[in-house]
Amino acid sequence: MVLAAEIQAPSIGYSNLSPLLIVASVALLGVVVEGFAPRHLRYPIQTVLSIVGLVVAFVATIMVAGRLPEVGGGAARGVVEAEGAIAVDGPSIFIWGLLLVLSLLGVLTFAERRLEAGVTAFAGQASALPGTEAEREASTKGLEHTEVFPLMLFAVAGMMLFAASNDLLTMFVALEVLSLPLYLLCGLARRRRLLSQEAAMKYFLLGAYSSAFFVFGIALLYGFSGSMSLAGIDTAIASRTSGDALLLTGIGMVAVGLLFKIGAAPFHAWTPDVYQGAPTAVTGFMAACTKIAAFGALLRLFYVGLGGVTWDWQPMIWVVAILTMAIGSVLALTQTDMKRLLAYSSIAHAGFILVGFVGAQSVAQAGDGITSLQAVLFYLVTYGYTTLGAFALVTVVRDSAGEATHLSRWAGLGKSSPLVAGVMALFMLAFLGLPLTSGFTGKWAVFTAAWSGGAEALVVIGVLASVVTAFVYIRVIVLMFFSDPVGDGPTVVAPSVLTVIAVAVGVVATVVLGVLPDPVLNLARDAGEFIR
Amino acid sequence: MTIPWLTVLGVVPLLGALVVALLPRTRPTAAGESAGALPKQVALGISLVVLALTAYVALQYDVDGGMQFTEQYRWITAFGAYYAVGLDGLGLVLVVLTAILTPVVILASWNDADFGRWSVNSFFAWMLALEGLSIGVFIATDVFLFYVLFEATLVPIYFLIGGFGGVRRSYAATKFLLYSLFGGLLMLASVIGLYVVSSDAETGPTYLLSELSQLPIDETTGRWLFLGFFIAFAIKAPMWPVHTWLPDAASEGTPGTSVLLVSVLDKIGTFAMIRFCLGIFPEASVWATPVVVTLAIVSIIYGALLAIGQNDIRRLIAYTSVSHFGFIVLGIFVMNSQGLVGSTLYMFNHGLSTAALFLVTGFLISRHGSKLISDYSGVEKAAPVLAGVFLLAGLSSLSLPGLSPFVSEFLVIVGTFNYSVIAGVLAATGVVWAAIYILLMYQRTMTGPTPVTLSSTPDLDVREIVALAPVLLLIVVLGLFPKPALDVINPAVATTLEQVGTTDPEPAVPASAVEGAQE
Repeated sequence: MVLAAEIQAPSIGYSNLSPLLIVASVALLGVVVEGFAPRHLRYPIQTVLSIVGLVVAFVATIMVAGRLPEVGGGAARGVVEAEGAIAVDGPSIFIWGLLLVLSLLGVLTFAERRLEAGVTAFAGQASALPGTEAEREASTKGLEHTEVFPLMLFAVAGMMLFAASNDLLTMFVALEVLSLPLYLLCGLARRRRLLSQEAAMKYFLLGAYSSAFFVFGIALLYGFSGSMSLAGIDTAIASRTSGDALLLTGIGMVAVGLLFKIGAAPFHAWTPDVYQGAPTAVTGFMAACTKIAAFGALLRLFYVGLGGVTWDWQPMIWVVAILTMAIGSVLALTQTDMKRLLAYSSIAHAGFILVGFVGAQSVAQAGDGITSLQAVLFYLVTYGYTTLGAFALVTVVRDSAGEATHLSRWAGLGKSSPLVAGVMALFMLAFLGLPLTSGFTGKWAVFTAAWSGGAEALVVIGVLASVVTAFVYIRVIVLMFFSDPVGDGPTVVAPSVLTVIAVAVGVVATVVLGVLPDPVLNLARDAGEFIR
Repeated sequence: MTIPWLTVLGVVPLLGALVVALLPRTRPTAAGESAGALPKQVALGISLVVLALTAYVALQYDVDGGMQFTEQYRWITAFGAYYAVGLDGLGLVLVVLTAILTPVVILASWNDADFGRWSVNSFFAWMLALEGLSIGVFIATDVFLFYVLFEATLVPIYFLIGGFGGVRRSYAATKFLLYSLFGGLLMLASVIGLYVVSSDAETGPTYLLSELSQLPIDETTGRWLFLGFFIAFAIKAPMWPVHTWLPDAASEGTPGTSVLLVSVLDKIGTFAMIRFCLGIFPEASVWATPVVVTLAIVSIIYGALLAIGQNDIRRLIAYTSVSHFGFIVLGIFVMNSQGLVGSTLYMFNHGLSTAALFLVTGFLISRHGSKLISDYSGVEKAAPVLAGVFLLAGLSSLSLPGLSPFVSEFLVIVGTFNYSVIAGVLAATGVVWAAIYILLMYQRTMTGPTPVTLSSTPDLDVREIVALAPVLLLIVVLGLFPKPALDVINPAVATTLEQVGTTDPEPAVPASAVEGAQE
């Protein structure tokens, strides 16, 4: 706001927003390609366009990062652009970079064609009803929906905006921009289409419902503070004399919208169904990137806008974190489907991240120690790569009906495909948090931030939840290595280099972040605080 | 430039594991045939190189030099973690034990992995990996590094049990892993707590043992953090009532796996009690003494009684270990020099005697395929050498004077009497129980009439004798001449007791000692 006062004319700050604008423009360009390019050229054009667009956006992000001015005596870096709507600060840049890299890996898994014998894993023609002549015709013709690439880029643009939005209205618009393409993508599976469409429907209905809560919360917060901007709300909170009811109800309702996106209990119910039904490439992308963007927005809203009432929302987050860890870890125990198991595990991990969030340790409070923002950002990095890699790996274990996601089909995989089983075991150990994997360093960071913030009890609960999740992940390892295959057993189809890259990056990140996490941790620390 | 000997010690077996894993896979082509020997020979060679390196380090070791061969580099700045290693008397004893037992086990397990779930390569590769990680645990002088390696050792042993064990190996491996992870994660909470405590102090965030031991930790926090560490180590050791994974794991793994598990890995628990519980939380350790001593005595008696009742040879040995670990923990927590020296020496001696016992019974079991005592009788007539070795190993396990475990058990009991007469008397009964379970087992399997089925039991062959000989030799030599080991251990124990701040009670007036310790 200090900067905004000096500016005479309406200013957008195109150069600082360039990463966001590049992704959005490439998405629009993709739509144009759909309209004008001949059908057989769309796949290569879209793939190359998406990859190039994301790479250019990533380079732009680095350039923006290099010229961000310091504010607040070095505790933070950044500028508020677009008339106060978007905060381009350290955490935004960090999340943008992370989102772009993970989306790039996501594009690779989207573009995988070898697993389905020459076509992508998306429905040939989404409008053809499952089981009809039209569907058979579409699949014999080898039709593909290449719209998935621009759709995904729109989602990425929405996520980038979501994590950087500096007022509630922008945040809401971003929420919708990221959600709508995802609803659509979820329903586009080539196999098990009814399940996929059901998932899309559930996601859409519940998502719309939670958006309504979010908007209502915005209205109440506006009613309380008379401002949409996070800084304005913060000022209003600091100078409040009354109006707690509006404020607290508003916080609660806004939180519902955000916690829904994160997949935190009790707003997690959509996660397993959607993760299971959606095409696995979409699930991986969604599980990693949506969570990152939503945590970015959650932290910004609560630390910047609602930082003055930390004492009021902390107990709520305590309860949500405990519930989330408990439900995620315990229900993961009972799952028999790999994708559902990973879905519940992602719920449990959302709980662990909430533990890191709840301590609310700022740079000033933490001193030399680890800050909450640093811990959460770092955890998101570790979690993102491992999750994307794990879901990419799920796509290669197949039988005649497509992906063999039932756990029993994974029995004995260690014997027939030691490499796939070994990599999956590594991901499982990382989710479990075994030392020398990224899962451990991530968990260490969030638990430490929580303990420093006075949430020792939550750390102990988190540790106990980790013990429960250990059962889950060990069960998968036991199944793969110590059980004998049932029937013919699963077959591992050799994927193209695209999926291999996605998995390989996941493996490398899991190991490197586990052994030498310092560079990324420092990067997360240098990101500094949110600006307002 | 000086050679970082300790890093070399840890890295050589790990690299060796990689080499063995990458060698061409060999599998036996027909039943009764043994698999190609290349991976086994390479593994044995590497473990002998490690033994030679260890011998060199041990010879260079200065008994009064405190922590030596130290290396220290920043590892994860944000976590205050260092790559810091060093060797003191306590660590040296256990590194030497690991380095001696690994080649012994590899030689003794020569054919054990031929018909495992996986290739022979992986069996020996995991063993070398385990050796490297265990050495790492014993030389780590940074709590974070220790924690990382402590947890990492679980992976090789998990796959060793689960991949190459008996019928219920999968169950046993999983039970072991879940118990260990439970302890490990509780410890993680304490490790995190240490970070927070140290970052509030002048030192800033640090995990260096040298700085943590000077750290002022307030009483309540210290006790909570102590609990997290202690429970993890008690599960590892294993103590009653968290010992139940051991009989399964030790009875389902191959004999070699069980040796590494009980003789080396479980020592991490008791080693870490001295290094970390006493070293960082002296006040809390003294505070916990009455409970720990009680649990230790229960372990001694409970383990022994259950051992007497076993019909499964492997489970019997596992329960004797529960009993012996009770002695080790008891010696640590009576907080006087006799007890602590005894315990440290006990770790080494128990490693030897249990290894001998597991291996020789493993040889017996491999001849007839049964683990049950009731299936054997009069074996000594058919296989006198085997019976003789069995008797020697058994006698060392029951601490016969003249064999090395006697010295350590005697010291622990003396230390316990100095702490409390009642505790001393109860602990001393362990000696009687030990005589019962060992001699009964020997009598039922080796003596008596030899049935026809057992009369052609082949005696130990050259490989088996060569594998066992160094262990038996050490048991006898250290039994008659324990001074070299005691010289190494004494200064380390003195340092630890200094940190705890207790002084030895005057042996001449035990009554005042009792009062002093009970304050």
